[in-house]
Amino acid sequence: MTIFDYLSRQGDRLFGSAIEHVVIVLISVSISTVIGVALGVLTYQTQRPRLIVLGVTGIFLTIPSFALFGLLIGPLGLGATPAVVALVMYGLLPIVRNTIVGLRSVDPAVVESAQGMGMGRYRRLLRIELPLAWPIIITGIRVAAVIIVGIAAIAAVVNGPGLGKDIFRALARFGTPTALPQALSAVLGIIIIAILIDLVFTVVARLTTSRGIRA
Amino acid sequence: MTTSAATKGNQTNGKESMISLQQLTKVFPGQARPAVEALDMEIPAGEIVVLVGPSGCGKTTTMRLINRLIEPTSGRIILEGEDVTKVNPDKLRRRIGYVIQQIGLFPHQTISDNIATVPRMLGWDEKRIRARVDELLAIVGLDPAAYRDRYPKQLSGGQRQRAGVARALSADPPVMLMDEPFGAIDPITRDRLQNEFLRVQETIRKTIIFVTHDIDEAIKMGDRIAILREGSQIAQYDTPERILSAPADEFVGDFVGAGASLKRLNLTRVRDIELSDWPIARIDSTRDEILSALRASDKGAVLLLDEARRPVRWVAGRELQRDDRPLMEIGLPPEALVQPNATLADALNEMLKSRYGCATVVDDAGVYQGNVDFATVSAEIQEMRRDARERSRAEADQMHAAEAAKA
Repeated sequence: MTIFDYLSRQGDRLFGSAIEHVVIVLISVSISTVIGVALGVLTYQTQRPRLIVLGVTGIFLTIPSFALFGLLIGPLGLGATPAVVALVMYGLLPIVRNTIVGLRSVDPAVVESAQGMGMGRYRRLLRIELPLAWPIIITGIRVAAVIIVGIAAIAAVVNGPGLGKDIFRALARFGTPTALPQALSAVLGIIIIAILIDLVFTVVARLTTSRGIRA
Repeated sequence: MTTSAATKGNQTNGKESMISLQQLTKVFPGQARPAVEALDMEIPAGEIVVLVGPSGCGKTTTMRLINRLIEPTSGRIILEGEDVTKVNPDKLRRRIGYVIQQIGLFPHQTISDNIATVPRMLGWDEKRIRARVDELLAIVGLDPAAYRDRYPKQLSGGQRQRAGVARALSADPPVMLMDEPFGAIDPITRDRLQNEFLRVQETIRKTIIFVTHDIDEAIKMGDRIAILREGSQIAQYDTPERILSAPADEFVGDFVGAGASLKRLNLTRVRDIELSDWPIARIDSTRDEILSALRASDKGAVLLLDEARRPVRWVAGRELQRDDRPLMEIGLPPEALVQPNATLADALNEMLKSRYGCATVVDDAGVYQGNVDFATVSAEIQEMRRDARERSRAEADQMHAAEAAKA
């Protein structure tokens, strides 16, 4: 059986899994973005908290995904919740790091002139610093999303949604005629999702960056 | 004590003071010596006061204390009669224009949005803001239609500097702080921007505190100059003329430098001095008439004017006698033309390049006003020296009288 035969029979179901995969990635990236940007904003000006946040989120990324999913079964059980929590943890480092780098790369003269004109702390952050750091921050979000697309496949071990289920099922009955086409088509699906997400973020980054700071 | 009353910080010749600094002190944490120590200073309304001094003297710190980008350790800041030492700093800053050397335009916003920053915070309606933006762009010499929708990166350094000034003026603050605003601009553009800024200031009449380390810029821009030494201590606070002609002490003298006499030439305008007499004649006069005009003077050449009294030709006596070609073809075209508002330094520069050592003053329409030559400049320098000596003597007398009265 070829992959095309398999797709013609199981395509609809696979497409459903792919949608699930995209949804869980987008949910996780969104949560990661909120937490990551917040952590970056809170720590970019202070040496110690900044290093701690970067250290901890860095450690997250080094935990083998299989292990992390497994560890989360204890407190969170099976299903989408532990999957999302783990994926959020993996997405944090690129977002936090790029938020910090982006905010620290804003020209101090620009910030000083904003302050000198009577812009308060929040207004300065929202109107000046974050928009100027945005191209770097959104690059971090894009990297996080692409990383998460891959790791989300492993979420199947906690019974999470997405294309991972197909891969694990196929691996479980390796040798049967449909196993290889099923695994291959799921992997292919993940690659396509990763490429699409990368593209979408590139376009969004361009559209949401002021013409005055576009390269 | 040799310091005269005028060198202290609290003398504004009876002019109403816009800003008053009282015992203003800043000690940075971990530093033994205050960066600014018990500074008393009155800044008169509508004048450009230049803070100048060697690096590390505390001039920028002093400026940043005024809009409280640096909070004072002690002392008071009075703005328009109101103690602003403790008011909300953001609200205070919206009343004070601020221009820094790097300008700091917001790169992600258009020039128009940059200029609209403070009016938006103050809640102006958009129509009023738009009108104000266009008005300001025109004031600083940027065509509103061409520049309002551009981004800072699409402007040259000089244009950005102008946009920065427009932004600082946006909400019509009574006070502007300018920290080396022309410091990062090439010398030719800087000179033009300085002149333009002085022209703008003639109409807007803001109270301006201007920080520079360049004494020449201070002399050019300042109505009043405060020369600061370490700890933002005022060494002399006085008009540029007096700083140059009567430095309060050795520190000021050294800082002003050896070229003080030459610098003074920057303070006098051609229109304020007596022009020298060079022979002139109409271009349609006969050669005999021209020669007799020349012989009546002690000069070697005659300046020929057209029917509108505009200079057209310099001719020497020798050329008149020996060269039979038409007058327009002998001698030299008019050279070294200066306008009445040129400084003596400009005129001297032109003279040095000219054949007869003489600069010709013409008005806007090109009409002949007179000539400046070395004798004129030299006489002017003599006079400035005499004035300075007399004033110093008068002050010394006053001091002695005051001391005698005290005793």
